[in-house]
Amino acid sequence: MGMTIAEKIIAAAAGVESVKPGDIHTVELDRLMSNDGPTHLTIDMYNNLKNPRIVDVSKLVWIVDHNVPCDSVKTAASHKKMRDFAKAHGIKFYEGAGVCHQVMMENHVTSGELIFGADSHTCAYGAVGAFGTGVGCTDYLYAMVTGKSWLLVPETLKFNLTGKLNDGVYARDLILSIIGMIGANGANYMAMEFGGDGLKTLNMSDRIAICNLCVEAGAKTALMEVDEITLDYLKAHGRAPKHVFQSDADAQFAKVYDIDLSAIKPIVAKPHFVDSVVDAKECVGTHIDEAFLGSCNNGRIEDLRVGAELIKGKKVHPLVRFLVVPASAEVYRQALAEGIIDTFMEAGAIVMNANCSVCWGSCQGVIGEGEVLISTGTRNFKGRPGHKPSFVYLASAAPVTASAIKGEIATADMIS
Amino acid sequence: MDKFTGKIWVLGDDIDTDIIIPTEYLALKTVQDMAPYAFSPLRPELAGQIKEGDIIVAGKNFGCGSSREQAPEIIKALGIKCVIAKSFARIFFRNSINNGLLLIENDKLQGDVKEGDEITVAINEFIECHGKQYPVTSLPQNLVDILNAGGLVKAMQRRNNLKV
Repeated sequence: MGMTIAEKIIAAAAGVESVKPGDIHTVELDRLMSNDGPTHLTIDMYNNLKNPRIVDVSKLVWIVDHNVPCDSVKTAASHKKMRDFAKAHGIKFYEGAGVCHQVMMENHVTSGELIFGADSHTCAYGAVGAFGTGVGCTDYLYAMVTGKSWLLVPETLKFNLTGKLNDGVYARDLILSIIGMIGANGANYMAMEFGGDGLKTLNMSDRIAICNLCVEAGAKTALMEVDEITLDYLKAHGRAPKHVFQSDADAQFAKVYDIDLSAIKPIVAKPHFVDSVVDAKECVGTHIDEAFLGSCNNGRIEDLRVGAELIKGKKVHPLVRFLVVPASAEVYRQALAEGIIDTFMEAGAIVMNANCSVCWGSCQGVIGEGEVLISTGTRNFKGRPGHKPSFVYLASAAPVTASAIKGEIATADMIS
Repeated sequence: MDKFTGKIWVLGDDIDTDIIIPTEYLALKTVQDMAPYAFSPLRPELAGQIKEGDIIVAGKNFGCGSSREQAPEIIKALGIKCVIAKSFARIFFRNSINNGLLLIENDKLQGDVKEGDEITVAINEFIECHGKQYPVTSLPQNLVDILNAGGLVKAMQRRNNLKV
């Protein structure tokens, strides 16, 4: 019987001919990413082991991105623990380079790899056809010590994309629409695979945005078919694929969805669930206090360009804080070179260094009681960006920037 | 812990990890320090009311959201014996087993019970409430071993004959 991309990657990592959904396999992991969210806990557990050891240090990448620069004495202690450990053990270490998933995409991930990340949005790596999945620190520790872990082979949902997104509609609108359609647990324990002619119209930034958000439908991983766009991206970043897998013609999918990209509209996800999606027009006029353009989901140069084009020559509404946070230092420097940073600052935006910022609601841009944020971040859970009774609307860079200008939720076509 | 009885707390669908433990409390030193803030965005008084041996009964997609392992650790630290939900998010599921927190999937129970009811759980056999039995899906033996050892690290130490 034929296999899906997810099944082929697991079979290769398990060293077996074939696998099927429901099987449990011990797999060899290619890469292990961890950030400053859980790593201090992993180190504590590691130090309590009777025979602590790292089986292959070249697999480990540690990235400080959640609280950068450090915002408190407690965080400083946690960062120091991580920094010192990484240095002592020769672990590849980034600090200030950007949000972990963007840094991983720019520097490490390649097609066909199996990657554990101690962060839920690790599924982003499917943009280049890698099986990335989020784990907690105990699973991470086990993988760090043994190089292996166990995986239940997931069923796969297939999304056949056709057509092309209309102008003013973005990959983020597509994935929010899909999450709205299948629900916040619609892909629970499953892989989400994307292919079809429509995929060819989506660039790497679009693909990362789509795969990154699949965990918000509960997915274990997301995977895109590898094509010329993938191979060009890898080549430009000095990497070759490990495996190029496509699903077999007779592969079994739990369900197949046909998605016409031209039918997708600008979307807003209302508080407090990512699957509470509506046509962006339905939210027009909603009061906001803060707007956030950034995150591993939507803080790449393509997103900043969308925002800059809208806001050029205009001003941020006087009652709104507009945070612009490039997803990586590389993105930041590109934006500087293109004059985009100047455009945002001229408009009155607050431009921050590359980090997770208010998307995870700890170190920057935290909002107060009853306040409203419109965000390109990953989640709109209750209280996530700060005060418990506060509200987050999720949208793409276009409505977020338009809203920052208007002082209330607006769509790009309302900015003249 | 093959069979036990406890008082239940009933929660709804999509109880996410930011509800279980909001980001602002993750900087606290230990899970015991964090535990009083568990579920605070939803029910600030709940953590103080939960007693050792209580059980949570919830709807679908319990534990969705981030990979923060403090989420199951805190539920365990509150004394919760097990969580029964219509479904669990996958990262939370792994994290719970790895920390020795028992999870049971059942899609009928939540609709039949009210907060404060007592239920009996026989692991891998059934749940009983108001004299009615609900079948449960069996966990594979290796996961039961991890649960019984109190988590993955302890299970590995036990397997390798290391003193825990």
